[in-house]
Amino acid sequence: MFGMRVQIALAEKGVKYEYREEDLLTKKSDLLLKMNPVHKKIPVLIHNGKPVCESLIAVQYVEEVWKEKYPILPSDPYQRAQARFWADYVDKKIYDAGRKIWATKGEEQQAAKKEFIECLRVLEGELGDKPYFGGDKLGYVDIALVPFYSWFYAYETCGKFSIEAECPKFVAWAKRCMQRESVGKSLPDPHRVYEFLLQLKKRHGLD
Amino acid sequence: MARGDLKLIGLRPSPFVNRVQYALNLKSAEYEFIEEKFGSKSELLLRSNPIHKKVPVLIHSEKPLCESLVILEYIDEVWTSSPSILPSDPRDRAVARFWAAYIDDKWYPLLKEIRMAQGEEAKLAAVQGVEEGLGLLEEAFENISKGRSFFGGDSIGYLDLAFGCFLGWLRAVEEVADIKLLVGEKTPQLAGWAERFCSHDAVKGVMPKTEMLVEIAKILQAMAKAPSPPS
Repeated sequence: MFGMRVQIALAEKGVKYEYREEDLLTKKSDLLLKMNPVHKKIPVLIHNGKPVCESLIAVQYVEEVWKEKYPILPSDPYQRAQARFWADYVDKKIYDAGRKIWATKGEEQQAAKKEFIECLRVLEGELGDKPYFGGDKLGYVDIALVPFYSWFYAYETCGKFSIEAECPKFVAWAKRCMQRESVGKSLPDPHRVYEFLLQLKKRHGLD
Repeated sequence: MARGDLKLIGLRPSPFVNRVQYALNLKSAEYEFIEEKFGSKSELLLRSNPIHKKVPVLIHSEKPLCESLVILEYIDEVWTSSPSILPSDPRDRAVARFWAAYIDDKWYPLLKEIRMAQGEEAKLAAVQGVEEGLGLLEEAFENISKGRSFFGGDSIGYLDLAFGCFLGWLRAVEEVADIKLLVGEKTPQLAGWAERFCSHDAVKGVMPKTEMLVEIAKILQAMAKAPSPPS
């Protein structure tokens, strides 16, 4: 889902790029290992032969290089700091909380669901009455967060709960983002994500 | 230079707080340091950082900013006088941010693990991780500094601040664990850089003394070994 962040940013900026799919279930390609020797992870943005690793760093890079089109970050320094803070919050909390929902069972899973919903509620608080975290238009925090929406069906199926029932405002925001071509085209079908997750679980003996 | 009252909520031994102090000193920005008490969190801190409840928090004209690396970028954008903290080229900025994230997410937790590890095996694994990281950072320094004194070039920059703030704790962990981690023979460039960083005007009055950090490390180790009090 981190790769989706970069795809959305590139799409909003109208930047053309070649997409190379890594098979997350088998071996890592030589190109990936060469371009990201430290973490060996995707996404890696390769611009003029040189890699940019870590999704939010790549999004900021895209923002700074293609700065005339569609600003992703606000221009005011305090608003920028707030956007960076909330993107960092998403990084620190959402992935792990979501992961625990599909990776655990029983009491642990119940606790994970509770934590996940709490994080979404905090984010709902930050969103307030705005259509997007970026205000009137999609911004840095929206881009950092919306890719997780493609995993909601997987979380709900594994956790046997409805995220929309718990956080309707959050899901409304996500659906609003999905209306944008950049987001709609970058996020995979949630059922495909669930199928992938089943394979991943099998591979790690978690089913 | 921007006006507006500036307060920094912090704990003097915290490397994340020190980072912000060094940055403010680099920009010659005056600020009031509000010291938190070790072991309890003030009303002001809880109000200013309700999400994480942690230091540092920079309060600029009554508006709070949290997360040290976010604060560094803010300082650079508001205090535009030189030296610049972040490089100007987008690729160089991406590289600096990458290594700062690596240091915070991977390297520093391993350094802490050396101090906190229960058992020799865990400690050795952490030591190996820290040494590997130093090797990577040595190479990064060579590529980034291009023969100059700091990661930021001739003056201290973002990555110097991101990494240099941990040097005090590095020395403290070396003493507590009775090992040598940052060694001239293995990582000569980093060893030279570390000396220059620690003696920089923006740093030397602020970096906590190793002896103090050693005492704190011992207290933290004892607290970790003690059984948890009933909540």
